[in-house]
Amino acid sequence: MPVKGIHIEGLAKRYGSGDTAVDALKDVNMEVAAGEVVGLVGPSGSGKSTLLKALGAVIEPSAGRMTIGDTVIYDNGWKIKDLRALRRDSIGFIFQAPYLIPFLDVTDNIALLPMLAGQSNARSRELAMTLLQALDVAHRAKAMPAQLSGGEQQRVAIARALVNRPPVVLADEPTAPLDSERALAVIRILGQMAQQYETAIIVVTHDEKIIPTFKRIYHIRDGVTYEEAGEGRETG
Amino acid sequence: MISLAGRDILKSWSKFVFTGMGLGLLIGVTFSMAGVYRGMVDDAKALLSNSGADLWVVQKDTQGPYAESSSIYDDVYRDLLGMPGVARAANITYLTMQVLRQGQPDVRAMVVGILPDSPGEPGYLVAGRQITRNHYEAVADVATKFKIGERIQIRRNEYTVVGLTRRMVSSGGDPMVFIPLRDAQEAQFLKDNDAIVGQRQRTAANPALNRPGVPGLLDAVIVSQNHNPYVNAVLVQIKPGFSPEEVAAPIQRWKHLQVFTRAQMEEILVVKLVATSARQIGMFLVILTIVSTAIVAFIIYTMTMGKIREIAVLKLIGTRNRTIAAMIMQQAIALGIIGFVVGKIVATIWAPMFPKYVLLIPGDAARGFAVVVIICILASLLAIRAALKVDPAEAIGA
Repeated sequence: MPVKGIHIEGLAKRYGSGDTAVDALKDVNMEVAAGEVVGLVGPSGSGKSTLLKALGAVIEPSAGRMTIGDTVIYDNGWKIKDLRALRRDSIGFIFQAPYLIPFLDVTDNIALLPMLAGQSNARSRELAMTLLQALDVAHRAKAMPAQLSGGEQQRVAIARALVNRPPVVLADEPTAPLDSERALAVIRILGQMAQQYETAIIVVTHDEKIIPTFKRIYHIRDGVTYEEAGEGRETG
Repeated sequence: MISLAGRDILKSWSKFVFTGMGLGLLIGVTFSMAGVYRGMVDDAKALLSNSGADLWVVQKDTQGPYAESSSIYDDVYRDLLGMPGVARAANITYLTMQVLRQGQPDVRAMVVGILPDSPGEPGYLVAGRQITRNHYEAVADVATKFKIGERIQIRRNEYTVVGLTRRMVSSGGDPMVFIPLRDAQEAQFLKDNDAIVGQRQRTAANPALNRPGVPGLLDAVIVSQNHNPYVNAVLVQIKPGFSPEEVAAPIQRWKHLQVFTRAQMEEILVVKLVATSARQIGMFLVILTIVSTAIVAFIIYTMTMGKIREIAVLKLIGTRNRTIAAMIMQQAIALGIIGFVVGKIVATIWAPMFPKYVLLIPGDAARGFAVVVIICILASLLAIRAALKVDPAEAIGA
């Protein structure tokens, strides 16, 4: 079991009960090390979104075990009381659309997370600026989200996901709205950030053009995951 | 921690300000309605204060002279002057009517018949002088828009405006026009010439009043019909050291008249006379409050529903429910504050334009502010409830 990263063992999720019960996840097993980016691929209805929600601690699995670093998060029941704090401190989220807060500027969109975690405004903005510089969007620090291009918005979303240095980042189709060049750039950035911030990143995708970039790919079908080695062209 | 509500307002400040202005106009109407009621009460109190009376002596078993009609003989005041504790007593008449002006629209006014330098005379003038002659002079409230020297017509006689006063209005808010008592009695009780001729003919045709064996009876009856010995009330000022009640009691007992103290008259005017109007206005205020609450609730709910995805993201990244609730409530309160400020300003601007007195008092503004804040808090609860029900999973997708 890795000291850092995320480890999932036999995770299951059942909706409903009796004759109407639906097993969205049956047997999910994943292990993603710190600094690693893995792909999670599957057809519609395979359980990708349910898995992402379970990993993101917004729905409760029905069975299994999940650890982040050496902390047991779930073991046939939540082992952490404050799931809100878990999401804030230990899990970063990147969405299909950036979903930046439209009334906050770029810096505050990122700085909001450390502020929610109790950091001072000045320190939070300092952390945000560091990430903006690393992601090459520091020149847009005072811009409002609506003033950014799609690629810039996605980079800001990546910065927001990483600002609290979470051990795990969940990316839900992060390249869907981007063209090939920008999509590959985002995956490259995720790879760099994963290593720089020692974060395990799980990228859910349908995107054929980025699938070859992962070293390891998890396929999910009917709620069951299968691991496969990838080409790893971009993520190192 | 940054203010999420403040940032959201700053981003869409124009929408917020214009919405607040719309709400402000509604709040302005609410303040004005309250001001109309306050104005009515103040008019009633001004009527009592400006009369300079401590007691109102009126016809027995009536609540005159303002709330009901009252008619007493004009020599009653002499009896009252002999009663213990009475310093001054003066006859007075009140008649609400249309006062005619040459070449200009007539004015609805309360014509008050007074004796010069007696209780009932306007306490102060803003221009001109008091009435000094026994006939055909008038002092008018500035709200009549009469000018010094202007000729006005009351019934069949013309009067010259010699003085202007202020805040002398009836309980209904009509401005007062003061004229000499004799003229006012005539205006109130004297019939037109045709009616007098007709009455004389009817009296002469009555065999009981025109007996051949009683010479002078018909003339005596006709003279009594032409004489108008009535007034509506006697205003009494009491001597120092006497209480209104101890002066009123013997008048009521021995003179068979109704006497009201200042407190009783205020009760009649403020509580009874304007009671229906007050309930009417109160109903309006309740409706306006409900409408304002509904509008704020609708606006805040709509604004919140427009941010469902952002709220889901905020919840997903670990924002506390109370932070989201505070954001919505602060926006509602900010909207209310903008509405309050706009409402106060517009009510102050348009209050003098009302035909009747609209009194905006700081106490009402303070109470209004508290009500606006409470309304906004209550109105935001619906939106807060909806926001707190948002599932953070919505941010992740279907």
